[in-house]
Amino acid sequence: MSAITHHVPDAILAAYAAGSLPQAFAVAVASHVSLCAHCRAALEAHQAVGGVILEDTKAVAVSASLKDSILAQLDAPFTPEPVYERNGIFPGPVMEMMQGRAPRWKKLGMGVRQDILSADAHGSVRLLYIPPGQAVPDHSHNGLEMTLVLQGSFSDETGRFGVGDLEIADETVEHTPVADPGAACVCLAATDAKLRFNALVPRLLQPLFRI
Amino acid sequence: MLQLQAGWDLKSDPLLRRPRKQDMLTQTIDRQNLANSEKVMPRRESEPVSQVKTEYSNETIWMLAVRDNRDRDAFAALFDHFAPRLKGFIIKGGVSPQQAEEIVQDVMLTIWRKADMFDPHRAQVSAWIYQIARNRRIDIARKENRPMPEALKEEPELEPDASQILGLEQETTQLKQALASLKPEQREVIEKAYLGELTHQEISTQTGLPLGTIKSRIRLGLQRLRHELKDLTQ
Ligand SMILES: [Zn+2]
Repeated sequence: MSAITHHVPDAILAAYAAGSLPQAFAVAVASHVSLCAHCRAALEAHQAVGGVILEDTKAVAVSASLKDSILAQLDAPFTPEPVYERNGIFPGPVMEMMQGRAPRWKKLGMGVRQDILSADAHGSVRLLYIPPGQAVPDHSHNGLEMTLVLQGSFSDETGRFGVGDLEIADETVEHTPVADPGAACVCLAATDAKLRFNALVPRLLQPLFRI
Repeated sequence: MLQLQAGWDLKSDPLLRRPRKQDMLTQTIDRQNLANSEKVMPRRESEPVSQVKTEYSNETIWMLAVRDNRDRDAFAALFDHFAPRLKGFIIKGGVSPQQAEEIVQDVMLTIWRKADMFDPHRAQVSAWIYQIARNRRIDIARKENRPMPEALKEEPELEPDASQILGLEQETTQLKQALASLKPEQREVIEKAYLGELTHQEISTQTGLPLGTIKSRIRLGLQRLRHELKDLTQ
């Protein structure tokens, strides 16, 4: 854990605490925080600010019946939401996205595999498996992308990223991440734009792969 | 630290097995006198442990009573304190008053049901409730669950560390003062950010965030975390 050197920037952590971060990034941030004590403490600090704002908010009277209605429901049965535990290299929020299953890898060529956990107009979350020496499928020039390393490591023009490290790149960063020698690199990639590759798969095939 | 809330009748408080603020202050002074007189004449202090406990904020006392004893009166007290604030907070975030009450109801029920997740060593009641309110708001708006970090696993029988809980309350008081000392425009930006009205890009271009205060809070939070994680691995 102490080896993590690339953290969540403050503004993104504040947006996550406030609930204004797009869903795909929220998954990446929640996963990083699960692995990183530093960002957990930082998140708690942001939540403390939110708490103070809530405390200081001007009260608005609630309906007379609300309290009794809530008190009457305290004993009502309810189904707790399932809690997804970390499983191997996959933190709880990733397990939640997979609903407890194992990754379903689809081949992308050159030994690279992916499992799209969610993809819509607002963004996508997927797992990537990159053999040593292979390039990480790059979807820059297209909104913001967050890449969280879960196994192995990759390096690019901006540095080296090991387990727990979060790389955040926007369209201004032209980078070519390559998996380091050793174990295959597995990472979680989140973007707020429709996926698009610069390499590996010709543009024409993209609808087929939903990338 | 001890914030007596207006409208809260101390005499009818079933939880109030603690002295009033004034009594507490005089007792603190008495204890100091005792300590001084000890040099001359050794004397045994009475109930030094419960003395510390009396300084928890009302909200913390209520929340712990809900968590540990499923105390409905304490829950009602939490409702009286937080429900109108939550409603105001949610309306400020752009929700209609009627839907705001539905969310208030959701949040209050979640507080009751997930009370065992509350850890006063790590979060003030207000921060914990803020986080629940943000979740419920997102769950309803997006119709999907907000991804949450894994919960820290803790030793269930770990004794509460009063100094840590009080330390956190003190920090929050400082944070409150820091926010109160901001210029109105800055304060407005902070409110917007934590109400969820600003994107992360907008937050990153704002200079009004009280980052200094947040940073010191992070340092202390890290100390606490390390302490806790050490307990876990021992
Ligand atoms: Zn971090």
